[in-house]
This record gives sequence, C-alpha cells and structure tokens, in this order.
Amino acid sequence: MNSNGRSLIARVDGVSLSFGERIVLKNCSLDIVEGAITCVIGLSGAGKSTILRLLDGLLVPGEGHIYVLGRDLCHMSEEQINLMRQKIGLSFQFAALLDSLSVGDNVALPLREHTKLSHAEIRQTVFDALDSVGLAHAYDDLPGELSGGMLKRAGFARAIVTRPALVLYDEPTTGLDPIVSKLITETILKLRSKLNGTAVVISHDLPSIFTMADYIAMLFEGAIIAYDTADRIRNSQNPIVQQFLQGSEAGPIQI
Amino acid sequence: MRILARVGRVTNDFFEYAGGVTLLTTESLGFLVRLRIRVAETVSQCALLGVQSLVIVLLTSLFTGMVISLESAQQAVAYGFSSFVGGAVAYGAVRELGPMLTAVVVAGRVGAAIAAEIGSMVVTEQVEALRSMGLEPARFLVVPRLVALLLMLPLLTIFADVVSILGGMWIAREYAHIPYHEFIQSVRQAIDFTDVVKGLLKAFVFGTIIAMVGAYQGLSTRGGAAGVGQSTTFSVVLAIILIFISNFVLSLLLFGGR
Repeated sequence: MNSNGRSLIARVDGVSLSFGERIVLKNCSLDIVEGAITCVIGLSGAGKSTILRLLDGLLVPGEGHIYVLGRDLCHMSEEQINLMRQKIGLSFQFAALLDSLSVGDNVALPLREHTKLSHAEIRQTVFDALDSVGLAHAYDDLPGELSGGMLKRAGFARAIVTRPALVLYDEPTTGLDPIVSKLITETILKLRSKLNGTAVVISHDLPSIFTMADYIAMLFEGAIIAYDTADRIRNSQNPIVQQFLQGSEAGPIQI
Repeated sequence: MRILARVGRVTNDFFEYAGGVTLLTTESLGFLVRLRIRVAETVSQCALLGVQSLVIVLLTSLFTGMVISLESAQQAVAYGFSSFVGGAVAYGAVRELGPMLTAVVVAGRVGAAIAAEIGSMVVTEQVEALRSMGLEPARFLVVPRLVALLLMLPLLTIFADVVSILGGMWIAREYAHIPYHEFIQSVRQAIDFTDVVKGLLKAFVFGTIIAMVGAYQGLSTRGGAAGVGQSTTFSVVLAIILIFISNFVLSLLLFGGR
C-alpha cells in the first residue's frame, strides 16, 4: 500500500545508479499502483528507460531496492529473477523482435520456453495475442517485413502473451506519425482492459500520455520530482513540470 | 607512473576477458551437462557452421596435402626414401595440419559469423529481450553453436585428414612415381588409431575455442555497426592465436613422448 491507500504492484525505493562516472538515478523512488497506467516523463537521457530495466531486473541498482509483486529483485538470484520476469512483460522501444523468427514464433517464444501448452494451444494463444493488437494477419511475416507501428504492436503482443501482471512499455509512440501513435495508445488502453493489469509507460508523447495515464511521474536530474494523477500533473505549479509540458525553452530546465 | 597505469589496465582487461570467457563457458557447459539443449536450433547450427564449411575445408586440406607431398616426394625419391612419403604426409595431416588448418579455416568463417550475429542481436536489444522473457542467452544462443562446433569440427577434421592424404597420394604418384600401395603402406606404418583420436581431441578443444571466443565477443559488443565490426575482427584474430597456442600445448601433452 502507498500513502494514499492504493495497492502497489511495484516500487522503486531510494534507488541510485551510475554508469561509470555518469550518475543516472539519485535516491529515486516511484510507486506503481496496481491496475493503473503510470507514465514516466522526463528529458531525453534522464534515465526513464533505466527505470523500466530496473523494474525488469535487467539492471541492478547501486543503492536502494526494487520491489515487484512484493519481492525485492535486488535480493534474488538470476534464476529467481527469470521466474519473476514471466510475470512482467517488457515492450522495447524498437520492438527487439528476434529477426530470425517469424512474428508468430517471436510471440510464441515465452510460451514455448515456460509453459507446457500443446502446439495447437500455443498457436491459438499467439493468434489471440496478435489479434488483440490487430496483427493476426502477420503471424507468418518476418519482423523485417513490418512497418514501425506494426513492429511495436508485435512487441506488445510478445510482452502480453503470458498475461503478465505488470507490462512495461518503453517509448511506445516514439517515431510514429500521429495516427499510428493514436492507434498504439488505444492498443495500450485495450490491453490494460483485457489483462486487467498494470502498465508503466515511458514516453515523451504528451497527447498520448494524457489520454492513457492514471498517474504521471516526472523524472528530472535522477529523481522523481513530481508524481500525481494526470489531471493534477497537468495543473501542477511545479515550474519544471510546467516548462516540460509546455515545451518552453525559458525556465529552470537548462538544455 | 603512466607506464605502470597502462600495464595495470592491460592486466585488468586481460583477466576480465579471460574471466568472462571462462564464466560463459562454464555456464554453457552447465546447460550442456543438464541436456538443456535446443535441438532444432542445434541441428540448424550444425548445417550453418559445419556443413557449409565443408567445401572450403576440403579445398584447403586437399592442396595442403598435395603441396606437402610435392615437396617431400621429390626430395625423398632423390635420396632413396620414397617409401616414407606417405608416412610424412599422413603424419603431418592427422596429427597437426588436419585439426589446425580446419580450425583456422572454420575460425575465419564461423567464428566471425557467431560474433557478428550475436553482436548484431546485442546492439538491436534482441539479447536483452531474451533476458526480459526470462530466457538465458547462454542456453539460447551459445549452447547450440558450441554443440554444433563440438560435433562438426571433429567431423570436418576427419574429412580434412582423408582428403589431404588422398591429395598427397595422387601427387606422389604423378610427380615422384610412388605407387599407391607403397604410399598406403607407408601411411599405415607412420600413424595408428591413437594418432587419429588425439587429432580429434584437438578438434574438440579448437571447436570450444572458436564457439566461446565468438560468442563472448558477440555478447560483449558495444556501440552500433562499428562495434559489431570490431567484435567480428577481434574474435577471429583471438581465436586463431588461441588455436595456435593450444595446438602447441596439446601437441606437447599428447605427442610429447614421440
């Protein structure tokens, strides 16, 4: 539970992380409320994607703790984290589909490796996952044959095929035209309803964020400086948040 | 101080690299021992890494056997030792040149391919995607290639041994008029079954070196296309150097007595 009495599915707790000399996160904390879509916004290179990788156990913090489904990833072995990852879906910015496999085989991969489902059951589950992102027709296509928007949706299908409790989306609308961007946003909302689950979305796309976010967190200089519901963030008096939302050059953020 | 710092950095890099390759090898062998092998992928890698290397291995072995025979046969006939030519060709081919030349050729072709393929997967986040699905890159990517090379390199070495002896036999007859039966008799006297087995043992070690250096270099790739290029080049250079060094050590251990 967080201070507002909402149930938490994950928590970034006082995390610090550096890559060599570069400090990326500094005593950063973030609550992920169960059943909600939490969007993390911030400048390019601020460390937003790093938070997703920490939540998936792909990175280990220098200090602090990462709690997912009540367990601290920092105190788990790689095998235990691999088991935990079956309950977390991560959708990459550029989809990261295995280019040697068809779209269907990419989406089937976690099922083939982690479940005892029959070939027919896997095929049906994959078809359903692809259908839910509007890509049922692309089952046998290779990733190289898909457009940017289709690739992202195929990545979503792979992330949700095991029906994870927590889905992490890394910049789902970056580099897409407004129409495809809207389609992607609607897909994320549809998937949340379908899975009845929780999502964390990293994005710069403000229209998309305000369409889907229940909560918004702003990351600045390695820490979360604002965290609230989407409406409250929109009306925030924090000058950093306002400068970011307005895209203004004038203000406390120095580029 | 600057020299000391440089020496320290190089030493640190060396042990970091050696430790990394050792850990990856241990992890991969662990999956192998527990039979956690992706069979279909392994068969596919056998075709890609082994079968497709056959022609180039046969060509290099054939001409190497022929040139050894050409050089030794003419001299042997001149000094009246023609009955030793078959033995000389077979001795060199089975114990040294067969395993080593095959390994060097495969390192150039396959080691580069392994590093480039895995390196490309790293820079396009495909390896991270595997980890995010709870899949171990060592089992998924390294073990099939390691098993393929452990199976295919000894097979390729047998082909290389046979072809270089046959090539040598033909040249010995054409240029030094040494009859086939005399050449074969000489081969039988010079080598026995244990020589073949020891040669194949070398092939196992070389196969491990090629697979693990290529895989580790691929997994260590940083940056974009340039990083993949550097990994590819370095994996080939390092694998060939390690093959030569380990060949010497293995020859010393296996054939040191005779």
